[in-house]
Amino acid sequence: MFKTPCSRLTGVWKYIPRDGLVGVSVQPKLIANAFRCHLSARSLIQLCRKNQAEWITFQHLCFLKRQYVKSSNDLCQRARPKQERVTSVLAEQDDLVDGQVQQIPAVKPESSTVVAPCDPQDIQNEPEAARAARLEARQWKELRVEYSDLPGIYARLSKLKLTALVVTTAAAGFAMAPVAFDPVTFMMASVGTGLSSCTANSINQYFEVPFDSNMNRTKNRPLVRGQISPLHAVSFALACGIPGLTLLTLGVNPLTGFLGALTIFLYTCCYTPLKRLSITNTWVGAVVGAIPPVMGWTAATGSLDPGALLLGGFLFSWQFPHFNALSWNLREDYSRGGYRMMSVTHPALCKRVALRHSVGLIGLSALGPALDVTTWTFPLVSLPINLYISYLAFRFYRHGDRQNARKLFFCSLWHLPMLLLLALTCKKRRVTQDEAAVAPSMASLAL
Amino acid sequence: MNVKTVGCLFFRSLCPCYIYTPLLLRSSCRGHRQNTSQPPQHDTRAQSGLSPAASSKYDWIGPPDRLSNLRPIIYHIPENETPLERKLRHLRQETEDWNHKFWTNQNLTFSKEREEYVQSQLKAKGLSERDDQGRKRTLSSEEMAVFYKHFLDENMKRHASYNREWYKRNFTITLLMAKVALHNTWGTLTGQGRGTGREKGKPT
Repeated sequence: MFKTPCSRLTGVWKYIPRDGLVGVSVQPKLIANAFRCHLSARSLIQLCRKNQAEWITFQHLCFLKRQYVKSSNDLCQRARPKQERVTSVLAEQDDLVDGQVQQIPAVKPESSTVVAPCDPQDIQNEPEAARAARLEARQWKELRVEYSDLPGIYARLSKLKLTALVVTTAAAGFAMAPVAFDPVTFMMASVGTGLSSCTANSINQYFEVPFDSNMNRTKNRPLVRGQISPLHAVSFALACGIPGLTLLTLGVNPLTGFLGALTIFLYTCCYTPLKRLSITNTWVGAVVGAIPPVMGWTAATGSLDPGALLLGGFLFSWQFPHFNALSWNLREDYSRGGYRMMSVTHPALCKRVALRHSVGLIGLSALGPALDVTTWTFPLVSLPINLYISYLAFRFYRHGDRQNARKLFFCSLWHLPMLLLLALTCKKRRVTQDEAAVAPSMASLAL
Repeated sequence: MNVKTVGCLFFRSLCPCYIYTPLLLRSSCRGHRQNTSQPPQHDTRAQSGLSPAASSKYDWIGPPDRLSNLRPIIYHIPENETPLERKLRHLRQETEDWNHKFWTNQNLTFSKEREEYVQSQLKAKGLSERDDQGRKRTLSSEEMAVFYKHFLDENMKRHASYNREWYKRNFTITLLMAKVALHNTWGTLTGQGRGTGREKGKPT
């Protein structure tokens, strides 16, 4: 028994106006037509015998409706005549210019005819056009902020996963600094870096709305989908950036605050516009990625040491195999979107640079003990993963196909955390007397 | 036509204040309003638009356009729209149309030139458009890369000028939105607000 839908349907049928949609009231006609059909008459009689308060079942109703529609002459299956009448009624009410229903123009440039579904001869096509129109209409959404959706929207706006990676590299920089570990400063530096990263990512998305719409990778971003307005995105960015930078400057030290501001500036005002102007954007982006571990180090020590620059160097070099491999398989989207990336405009350079910097990682690892950041074990234990990424970069350089690019990209995703972890385990201890005691145990731990 | 659609159409025709059921697509009317005193807006885009509910106080955003991949917006026009709000709405509408024009042109040109390039390359190699199984022949990614580079180099100036214009418009729109928001908040705080409850159910 379907009480609710039946009662609604019955109610509708009672109130339908004479001139409009279904015709005269249903019940007499229904009974009249029902007697033509033996089966339906029997069910109708059964229904009439039942208590008035008991509604007919939904299946019965549909069956009777079908009988009524088939045998009736007034009622026709065609949707078009009714829609026209409704169109004219609405046109007067809403005071619109014209009530024509237009079909969506075709994609191909040569066939951009507009088909009017109100063609009297075109009955077969019209319901399909109406259905297509209905389906499209359902995709329209109200631009209203749903407060329950906001956390998800903010997460996507601030590229939360990328922010988490950035905070991890800053934390690694903090941990690698040769000073006592201060949890409070560590927390403030991490939170401040995270907020700065959120700001930079939000402003980046705010600038890139039409470009993001046209690329498959980015077309589901919040601003593209209109889930929030541009003003809202900028307000969110400011709400993250101002506390974040204040926290870094006042809670940690001014140098870290300055580096945070520099990151935001380089990312939003240099990298983002440069993406469409010149391939140097990749180098600027690599610098942006290199600053967080430096920030972590300066948060701990308060000064820009060679060790900080070494960690920054790791990130800088790592960016090239990572990004060049990623952009290799997006060449068509970049070209159509007007992005000037090495992979599109200078493919040979792209592969060369990726290989060069992958091999460079081996050299940088060797600098670890030289700068007193790590023990001598670090270049040894990091050699396998550095050799592996260099090998993949070499294959990418030689073959330059999609498969090798993908392999290199996915390798870079685990290579960086692994490298930082190994550096952490091979960190040189502050106190030199303990070094002799600590180093062998560290070596056995790492190996 | 099933009974449900009949019921929906019935409600739409009789009650002006209904719960919105987007059934009907109209040709471009780009703003929707609650009263009928102002003349309707015209649109230059040749695309079916939508007529949202008369009781809706918000803008409506549609699916991505097939040509430009940008999502069209229908702006809500409040009863006593201030000149600042009207300026903002016109600027947003104009920017949307300008963007749509640029990207439609861009995407169509890209597809066309890519097809021409593939055809010319196949012809140079002496291959037919389709192979033995009837599938369309494609070029390797290295060969296509030549085209992608060429396309970018050819359109560099156009892209750069579009970029500049887009940044300028984006800034202006955001500044105007901020001004409007401040103006409305100030009006609400000082009790001179419109009284349409704009502070509740904030638009995005």
